[in-house]
Amino acid sequence: MLLDLFSDLASWACLLAGSFFCIVGGIGLLRMPDFYTRVHAASLTDTLGAGLILLGLLLQAGFTLVGAKLLMIALLIFFASPTASHALTRAALVRGLAPKLAPPLADPLETPPSKP
Amino acid sequence: MPAPFLLAAGVGSALLVVWFARRLNIADREGHPVHLAWHALFSYWPWLLKEIAVSAWQVCRIVLDPKLPVSPTLVRFKPSQITDVGLVTHANSITLTPGTISVEVSRDEFLVHALTREGAAGVRRGGEMDKRVRALESRPELFP
Repeated sequence: MLLDLFSDLASWACLLAGSFFCIVGGIGLLRMPDFYTRVHAASLTDTLGAGLILLGLLLQAGFTLVGAKLLMIALLIFFASPTASHALTRAALVRGLAPKLAPPLADPLETPPSKP
Repeated sequence: MPAPFLLAAGVGSALLVVWFARRLNIADREGHPVHLAWHALFSYWPWLLKEIAVSAWQVCRIVLDPKLPVSPTLVRFKPSQITDVGLVTHANSITLTPGTISVEVSRDEFLVHALTREGAAGVRRGGEMDKRVRALESRPELFP
């Protein structure tokens, strides 16, 4: 009984935190100044947002077939979503969409954007 | 009910195919880096999850800040990984961490777009992530 209560609490905490990150990701998507920074905001949604919601659902499902499927979905998202973000930004850069950049500081790490 | 027989036949033929593929040496190490998985599960993944959580929180604060303090920066550096699996793991980890995206990936150079200058300073050759992925791929059993 007590264990059920704890797993329910943990699961709800995960679901609510995940929803929070999804909403903030959406707000960021609207607020950010250009394409590349918008992708950063979207990555909030597909890492911690989706991850925490899946974790919350996993706690609800327990050791069942549904749980195994949720785990596979989580793995798929973890491998596929960075690949998709990379493909999107690379395609944008190759097509010549110039990113809005902050003025560079006098720092050897900073490099001006190259012409693709 | 034919279910037990069908399941057993399915498992049996899958195992048989795996065995054949291993004997034929066509279960390639690049495509299925299973040898990395167990080790990485306990060393690299927890660290990466912590990094994702920390930087997600930072990006959250930037998004919710009324002034929206972004300083988008492109940064180039040469990764220290040697194997393809290492390079892909490094590039994917950069993109998974909110606030940094690997835009162009090659053996000689990574081009990373970062949401802030501080984020851009975090990814570089000899940085924490670079070192950890290098340590992951340089396990001796990778080069038999």
